[in-house]
Amino acid sequence: MSEAPDDLKYTKSHEWVRLNDDGSVTMGITDHAQGLLGDLVYVEVPEPGRELEAEEACAVVESVKAASDVYAPLAGTVVEANEELADAPETVNSDAYGAGWLMKLQLADPDALDDLMDASDYLEYVDSE
Amino acid sequence: MGKQTPLYPLHQAMGARLVDFAGWDMPIHYGSQIEEHHCVRRAAGMFDVSHMTVVDLEGEQTRAFLRYLLANDVDKLQQPGKALYSCMLDEQGNVLDDLIVYFLEPQRFRLVVNSATREKDLAWIVSQAGPFDVRVTERPELAMIAVQGPQARDQVLGLVDATQRAAAAELKFFFAAECGDWLIARTGYTGEDGFEIVLPGDAAVKLWTQLGEAGVQPCGLGCRDTLRLEAGMNLYGADMDESVSPLVSGLSWTLAFKPEDRDFIGRAALEAQRAAGLQQKLVGLVLEGKGVLRNHQKVVVEGIGEGEITSGSFSPTLGRAIALARVPIDTGSRCQVDMRGKLLPAQVVKPPFVRNGKAQIELN
Repeated sequence: MSEAPDDLKYTKSHEWVRLNDDGSVTMGITDHAQGLLGDLVYVEVPEPGRELEAEEACAVVESVKAASDVYAPLAGTVVEANEELADAPETVNSDAYGAGWLMKLQLADPDALDDLMDASDYLEYVDSE
Repeated sequence: MGKQTPLYPLHQAMGARLVDFAGWDMPIHYGSQIEEHHCVRRAAGMFDVSHMTVVDLEGEQTRAFLRYLLANDVDKLQQPGKALYSCMLDEQGNVLDDLIVYFLEPQRFRLVVNSATREKDLAWIVSQAGPFDVRVTERPELAMIAVQGPQARDQVLGLVDATQRAAAAELKFFFAAECGDWLIARTGYTGEDGFEIVLPGDAAVKLWTQLGEAGVQPCGLGCRDTLRLEAGMNLYGADMDESVSPLVSGLSWTLAFKPEDRDFIGRAALEAQRAAGLQQKLVGLVLEGKGVLRNHQKVVVEGIGEGEITSGSFSPTLGRAIALARVPIDTGSRCQVDMRGKLLPAQVVKPPFVRNGKAQIELN
């Protein structure tokens, strides 16, 4: 059974989003997503400053068996990317919701967060997939 | 739900992630494909390969039939127990399958062929066997366990009975011993030492359980693929299939053109291809930067032409992306790979990449 912390928001493409105190959001891929991919061996994150449309492909996670695009959960600007993952992509497997974060975004419209799924909706969605 | 091997309940109990493979429910990994890979390179791992198809051939003309059926020459097998890797070709010289043939007794041989090609192979073998005095019998009741890695032989020898141990301990590389209804072979698909053991299903359950208790890591098909790729071994359906010749698939070493008078299926076509000159070859690639090489990515060789990756993945042992690729024959030591629209530099090498736990190539 996959984990999905209650304080996060989720997308149908299996990203999670956390609202930070400074108004930015941190995002990554869910435990369910990393489990499906298996051992990650390469993560490509965007340059800070890049502006993203909602649902735009903005990062790549590659496991031994497959490459998968990661999509921007909402429109916004990349303010920081997790550079540690270049040398330790397996962090996404071991700590998907913590040290395995991918990037921080300044959202174009912070209220849009409410449009994403909460944890129980996401888990129900995973079960139905 | 697919077909299940006798070990299926054990895979479930050991936490395997199961996937469909050629109609079988097979373990892809038991937690971490990369850890399983390292276990095989450094200690010992075990694989359920019971989905593979075992075919016994028996009769007065079995040897003559196999010398006609297979592109490698079964007459290289003079000592009972000796095994041989070979392609099975069609008349056009394309690869129907690759297999291992074991010489058991003067009139009895065993083939182990791929499960994905089972029906095609059986139909082909039976259709070609017509004029020969040979009986073809599939052995679906037999299971198969591969135990591979530097500690694999010792682990197995510690668990089998005295007769099996005596026979198995003596085996040279690419030899097998029959012990009752077991066949213990010193063969494998990982580039490590070890055994492949064909045995009845209930015995397989017992052996798998004992190996697990002895600390042998259960391994899924995921790391079987990265191990064989590091070992530079072709995968049927990826690196060669019915649309290509073994001559451009890195398999020339398995084609026995001598003696000149041995007629085998596909021989005339291969000789014509050789006379016309080959345009491509299969090589190894190592990606210089970060990323992962994938099947079907385009290879660009500046000033010469283009090719394609036939098997690409990440090498856990080297920590780099590696691949087998079919490229123009004049390709030198460097090329580029088209990865999502970007051309990235790669080194062209001669496989294997890794054997017996050690890198076989110099990384740039």
